[in-house]
Amino acid sequence: MKNRFDVITIGGSAGSLLVLTDILDVVPHHLAAPVIIVLHRLRNVQSEMGRLLSSKRRIIEPEDKEPVKEHCIYLAPQNYHLLIEAEKTFMLDYSELVNYSRPSIDMTFSSAADVYGPKTLGILLSGANKDGAAGLCQIIAAGGRGIVQDPETAAFEAMPQSAIEMCDGVQILSIEDIKKIIIGET
Amino acid sequence: MKEVISNADFLDIINIVKLQYGYDFTGYAQASIKRRLLRFMGHMGLESVFELKYRLVNDQDFFSRLIQYITVNVTEMFRDPGFYRSLREQVLPKLAAYPNIKIWHAGCSTGEEVFSMAILLEEAGLLSRTKIYATDLNPANLERAEMGILPLDNMKDFTQNYILSGGLADFSNYYTARYDNVLIKKELRRHIAFFQHNLVTDKVFNEFQLICCRNVFIYFNRELQNSVLQLFFDSLSSRGYLAMGLKETMRFADIHGKFETVHAYHKIYRRIE
Repeated sequence: MKNRFDVITIGGSAGSLLVLTDILDVVPHHLAAPVIIVLHRLRNVQSEMGRLLSSKRRIIEPEDKEPVKEHCIYLAPQNYHLLIEAEKTFMLDYSELVNYSRPSIDMTFSSAADVYGPKTLGILLSGANKDGAAGLCQIIAAGGRGIVQDPETAAFEAMPQSAIEMCDGVQILSIEDIKKIIIGET
Repeated sequence: MKEVISNADFLDIINIVKLQYGYDFTGYAQASIKRRLLRFMGHMGLESVFELKYRLVNDQDFFSRLIQYITVNVTEMFRDPGFYRSLREQVLPKLAAYPNIKIWHAGCSTGEEVFSMAILLEEAGLLSRTKIYATDLNPANLERAEMGILPLDNMKDFTQNYILSGGLADFSNYYTARYDNVLIKKELRRHIAFFQHNLVTDKVFNEFQLICCRNVFIYFNRELQNSVLQLFFDSLSSRGYLAMGLKETMRFADIHGKFETVHAYHKIYRRIE
């Protein structure tokens, strides 16, 4: 089935960097769905995270009001929440921390679920807190697909585990199977 | 909490707030404000959007709480230290040429970034001939800013930011600590006037050599961004500076051709004639 999803959102925290790099390495150039990544990062420190994540693909840290474009990979800028508006433009938000985090994975997942509904794919990777769990459940409630990295293989299991416990319908997959699903999207 | 605010309900709420209380949120970016309205409903234990509207129409205090809750009042001293370093190195030396310096901080929240600016000016030897006009739409923020009192807990992070911004003094010289709070030195605050100004409905009130409006534009839709940029253009003296938030950009605005870029990453612009 082609183009099952109009957006792919990926959230990760502690222990997710290597698996994320691994996943991004297989994202095909002709994948239409924009990929939006939210990683917990240090605030107020300029970092080269985009370049760290992929040597092959350009990773864009979007500015406010930038359109969400197909074939692009985006990374939530540090110290802002990243939301999507109904007309499919990015909106940056500098409000309170959510789950001790800014950017918060919950905020982006939930906003993607509002805008893309059943055409949303959410992937939650390793992490040491519960950010992203509620958002992943909202994606599933909107008819989208919610996947977590198998907690057994995650460096920190708390994040995927919280999603599994929070709602029904969360799929538990290995990184290899997650990659196959992304490749299968083209 | 997956109650949803429909577009019709959202417009109703915006209209009540506008007609009854005079605050116009029509041009605000919806993704964020809808989310905050939902959170406010959860916080107040409201069961439905109807109840929210009913309380809004009938209860002034309820409205004050709503305004306090849905406007974003998060701020830091020397937020984005690199930006302050650029101000020190590229903007203040140019401002030094003016006999009297006027600066507008629009959307100043509880004042942290305004105090940071006062410290920069003091260190550049310019504060004594500067007047900073600091405005916000939220009266509760202004009351707090006016007092100059900040929680002591934050000072460790702020000191770090100050050092990263190129500050060389002992940061604790700028405040007095007492119990769990600090009081920003009166000598710094003497040059600041805090007052209410709503960027949506209020107009030009003076002419400035520098306008700082950081992380306010993100809450506006593109149309409102355009009109506020026009207001800033009209409020700047010829060759005056405008500073925006790091992720705010002028490139989607109609007026961008009337500004030149001074620092692309730190989002410092300058009015062309």
